[in-house]
Amino acid sequence: MNYNILIGGAAGQGVETVSAIFERIIKRQGFEVFTIKDYMSRVRGGHNFLQIRFGIDKIYSHIDEIDGIIAMNVETIENHIDRLNSDGFIICDDEIDYTDTRILKLPLKQCAKDCGNIKAFGSVAIGSVLELFGISETGIEKVFGEFFNEEIAFQNIKAVESGRKLVSKKIDTSSNSEDNNILINGNEAVALGTLAAGCKFYSAYPMTPSTSIMNYLAAKMNDAEIVVEQAEDEIAAIIMAIGASYAGVRAMTGTSGGGFSLMVEGLGLSGMLEVPLVIAEVQRPGPTTGLPTRTEQSDLKFVISASQGEFPRMVIALRNPEDAFYQTVRAFNIADKYQIPVILLSDQFLADSTTTIKPFDFDRIMNENFISGYEYSEDKPYKRYEITESGISPRLIPGKNPGVTVLVDSDEHDETGHITESASVRKDMTLKRMRKLELLKNELQEPLFIGDEDCEILLLAWGSILGPITEAVEKLNKNKNKKYGTIVFGDIWPLPTKLLLEKAKKSKKLINVEQNATGQLASIVSEVTGILCHSSILKYDGRPMSSEYIYKELRRDK
Amino acid sequence: MCDLKFNISETAWCPGCGDHNILESLKNALESLGKKPHEVLVVGGIGQAAKTPQYISANGFCGLHGRSLPPAVAAKIVNSNLTVVVDTGDGDSYGEGGNHFIHNIRRNVDITHFVHNNQIYGLTKGQVSPTTDIQVAGAIHEPLNPVLLAITMGAGFVARAFSGDKEHLTAIMIEAIKYKGYALVDILQPCVSFNKVNTHQWYSNRVYKIEETYDATNKLKAMEKAMEWGERIPIGILYKEVKKTFNDKIDFLKGNQVLVEKETDINKIKGYLKDFE
Repeated sequence: MNYNILIGGAAGQGVETVSAIFERIIKRQGFEVFTIKDYMSRVRGGHNFLQIRFGIDKIYSHIDEIDGIIAMNVETIENHIDRLNSDGFIICDDEIDYTDTRILKLPLKQCAKDCGNIKAFGSVAIGSVLELFGISETGIEKVFGEFFNEEIAFQNIKAVESGRKLVSKKIDTSSNSEDNNILINGNEAVALGTLAAGCKFYSAYPMTPSTSIMNYLAAKMNDAEIVVEQAEDEIAAIIMAIGASYAGVRAMTGTSGGGFSLMVEGLGLSGMLEVPLVIAEVQRPGPTTGLPTRTEQSDLKFVISASQGEFPRMVIALRNPEDAFYQTVRAFNIADKYQIPVILLSDQFLADSTTTIKPFDFDRIMNENFISGYEYSEDKPYKRYEITESGISPRLIPGKNPGVTVLVDSDEHDETGHITESASVRKDMTLKRMRKLELLKNELQEPLFIGDEDCEILLLAWGSILGPITEAVEKLNKNKNKKYGTIVFGDIWPLPTKLLLEKAKKSKKLINVEQNATGQLASIVSEVTGILCHSSILKYDGRPMSSEYIYKELRRDK
Repeated sequence: MCDLKFNISETAWCPGCGDHNILESLKNALESLGKKPHEVLVVGGIGQAAKTPQYISANGFCGLHGRSLPPAVAAKIVNSNLTVVVDTGDGDSYGEGGNHFIHNIRRNVDITHFVHNNQIYGLTKGQVSPTTDIQVAGAIHEPLNPVLLAITMGAGFVARAFSGDKEHLTAIMIEAIKYKGYALVDILQPCVSFNKVNTHQWYSNRVYKIEETYDATNKLKAMEKAMEWGERIPIGILYKEVKKTFNDKIDFLKGNQVLVEKETDINKIKGYLKDFE
């Protein structure tokens, strides 16, 4: 059993803070939590909401159906009442003018005022919700202490207490299992992975929904000794990261599709210079400004082919915060090993959704920088672009080896890094670079398979759809009229094909499930393997796909 | 034995181009400062001048057009042991790279920026540059004054030199490299192929060395000096000010700390899991 609570209001009303406090309290009680954030591209006004789903069993995704609403304004009720369960509840201030049998009009603002802080009315509502669910408030002082100073925390704790007195227990919940989880979103997981990988240089230009990666890293800058530099534009951001990586530290940049468009020449530079680079591309709906604070998976074909010319690159689609952490670390290792750019492809849904997971296992982390052990000798002068069987040439840190210099050039170059227009060198260098792509294919991780091993209907998906599709497939298979399975890609370029070919052969029908309008994964799958999908489930309204949406679309699909 | 001398290799420049003197002056400046090739990083963008890293036996980074400053400052931030010199053209520095130019003055990383300013685009064969004088090559835009812009933006070392006076140029280069912070030297030079107005003779008739009595720490006077153009053009150090560098403003980079030599403390990072409990 799990519950879904929506907290909504205008930007500036504290919706986000109230939600963050509520989910933290619930999480500390030992509940599993999954929260999505729906906000507008404005600082004040408009309509923002968060949906906090909690329960005892693992929660993979959000759902559309709501059990309770905390409404800070009347718009929240108007916008979401259609999704509220028949026995659900709405908590709002008694001044709000709306009529429905499920509404509990409470003196939230008056209570907050009596506690000495009118702004604490959200905490009054939290108290009422906790009471409705019969959730004890152990550790609540600690939570408020983490958000506010002593005085404000005290006022808010009082507000929670007074909120409790306004209602009586309605729903029976039992959790109270021990809390051993962390509560983290996709961007925070990427940021923590970046630090765990030993990254020392992060340059970026703020762009929603990628900015919180930079914000977390910037907060750790001095303690973790990582340079976090806000560049003058995305062009500088990526090229500074390349400069830092050339000089010998692990470096990264992050952006969304619009910023990535500006970074494209830098992406090619990393490919041509063979300087390792990690780029986080957190997608939002485009083209151009699109929907700045919303979600989409429409940059896949762009990132796998961006830049003029040909060079090896890797694209890893992040599937959930756990995946985001470990894949970020892996991205740095692969970038260093093959001296290529690695793109981590995320999206707003993953970036901003918080979820409870087991703490990351730092013992699993192995960082290797693959810097060459070359020592100066007159017989064998150092060649940055030495033609090797693997295609990987020895990389040195400039300045570290007396007598040895490191020359890199974006022009086609010979083994020493000097400009050349020789046809044969051009051919050899192209082959050298592209050999790394062949080698990289051995490194690929096959997609995840979820569902019935003998599935007749195979769903193809990638990235953050993992959560919703897992839940949808579980539900579909419970019906027992058809057998469903899904493969969800993480490594997506180069495309791993082993599991795909195996499963596609056995299933009767292939359906791609993607958050874009054109079916970009299906297109890549057909290009690489010749396999065609029979139909598609596509969503491109900027709102994340829920498990119910996938379920309903498939039930309709006969 | 390691190389202690900087070797200059054969260039693809036109005979008589100002680039040759600038390259030789750079080599002389680095050698008289006692630098060894592996301690120096020379960065260029794209253009004729931007090929300089190809022709001198230091570490070299030939990147993208307009993008010479971003990799240079990043390399210096993470490895302060390197002497980082950007040596590139006027189009690269002031045109395509204009945004990086103004913001790296603000960033004040300890690098030296030598701009080959021939007031024309050479490699693409004769188009106007941001510094082309009005009516030259059909230019109708007002030319950009890089030294004045740099002073007003707060650069701590701003100089102008002329490729025709190697001795003076070398001396300015030495001072610029020694300066702690972002240092700009705008180097006037002829383009023998495409600029038929601002020739070697044109510059020779106009440049004069800034008087020894000149006070380079007076910003207003420096701005006045930086605006002298036309019949008489001053060369020398226009402005100098002691400023805190980027690295000196950051606790874990200041002094002799070198980021590239630091290891990440993985247990400390593991401790950040507490933020998410």
